[in-house]
Amino acid sequence: MDNDPAALVPQVYSVADLTAYIRAVLESNENLANVWVSGEISNLSRPSSGHIYFTLKDASASLRCVIWREQARYLSAALRDGMAVEAHGAVSVYEQGGQYQLYVDGLRAAGEGLLYQEFLRLKAKLEAEGLFDEERKRPLPRLPKTIGVVTSATGAAFQDILNTLRARCPLVEVVLAPVPVQGESAPTLITAAIEALNYSVKPDVIIIGRGGGSLEDLWAFNDERVVRAVAASRVPVISGVGHETDFTLTDFAADVRAPTPTGAAVLAVPDIADLRTELRSIMVQLLQLTQAGIDERRYELSEEAHRLESHSPRWQVRQGMQRLDDLSLRLTSAIKTHLRTETARLASFGASLKALDPHNVLRRGYALVRDESGAVAASILQVKLGQNVNILLHDGAFDASVKEIKK
Amino acid sequence: MAETSASAQDLSYEQALGELETLLSSLEGESKDLEGTMAMFERGKALIARCQELLEKADLKVKQLTADGEVIELEEQD
Repeated sequence: MDNDPAALVPQVYSVADLTAYIRAVLESNENLANVWVSGEISNLSRPSSGHIYFTLKDASASLRCVIWREQARYLSAALRDGMAVEAHGAVSVYEQGGQYQLYVDGLRAAGEGLLYQEFLRLKAKLEAEGLFDEERKRPLPRLPKTIGVVTSATGAAFQDILNTLRARCPLVEVVLAPVPVQGESAPTLITAAIEALNYSVKPDVIIIGRGGGSLEDLWAFNDERVVRAVAASRVPVISGVGHETDFTLTDFAADVRAPTPTGAAVLAVPDIADLRTELRSIMVQLLQLTQAGIDERRYELSEEAHRLESHSPRWQVRQGMQRLDDLSLRLTSAIKTHLRTETARLASFGASLKALDPHNVLRRGYALVRDESGAVAASILQVKLGQNVNILLHDGAFDASVKEIKK
Repeated sequence: MAETSASAQDLSYEQALGELETLLSSLEGESKDLEGTMAMFERGKALIARCQELLEKADLKVKQLTADGEVIELEEQD
């Protein structure tokens, strides 16, 4: 504006120019650009544009206020006429109406955040419906094959989940249902993604997650539609939203709540090191049980020997006993040698298992003799002169006939 | 090896592990002749080898569900 003292005729401004000047003065004032005002809400109006208008009053003055739609969608349900609030924003001018007003970007009830009040209201409502009941929680599969992930394709949360799964258990397959994790469309799309995974992918478990943020940022995970979709999922859901200290209603509805997206991935799969340990223990059990089976067979042989003793001449019995002892001793020592070797090998897991092959006994020059019925002839008492037998060596078998029996 | 069982090479990790558990409890239970025991030992070894192979080769597969409900390879993201 021209402040020249030499001007003789006062300058006349248009309304628009003056209003623009007043607006510029107000907007250049730092105190007015960042201010908290307390008062009571009146004349609350919510037109279809999505913006919210109201007047903030106290006993002696009133102030027009606007909340633009972007902020309004977090707050609309909780605002009521007569409510005492503290509003934060900047003062500026609505030029067409010739009004100065507060452009609100934050709002809290005296003492408590409005958004938090809305959170508590919805939590109480869904809790009363039983959506968060412990009995609804399902156990997670021990070793899932497919994991559905509902999060942003570009977010750090997804990378955290992938890195964790890759390190812990790369056996699984991940199917990402990409969604925006904040913004107006987020609740609808997150809801649809949970339903689509249930319907078309049918994974063994679903992880729903996003990184940390303010209550506003995480608000999509407090949306009633999202919370209901999580509760209704036929596939168990692990939530990993925000940080350790963030709780969303999605967390309450999920079967398991993890503190972070990384934590959710940890809960979803076993550690590959544990799987290896489990395999080792299975290997040891297999060896022990096989050994026990062989020992049992050996015991049966000596039982037969006892029966033989009561029916045969003493020398024959002794011969038979010796032969049995010899055979079972060879069998046992062969297996025990392998067990020892293999147990040592297991200590450095990953070594080839081929050497464990019991056919190695044959490779060392022993032969397995079977009669025509395929039964093993472990004693000369089981073959007759002229009988056809099959001799199994490590690299093949041949047929032979018994020419002579020596006792 | 039982003729009815699938080749260990065709089994998934869970399938092989499941069969191993059954096999161990069977070995633990009724007594078998030497050949039966050996056959189970062989089968168990093949199953363990299969599990080990899957653990060694495991490489996380990542796919994406499209808006049309199709599962496709994940598009590269920056």
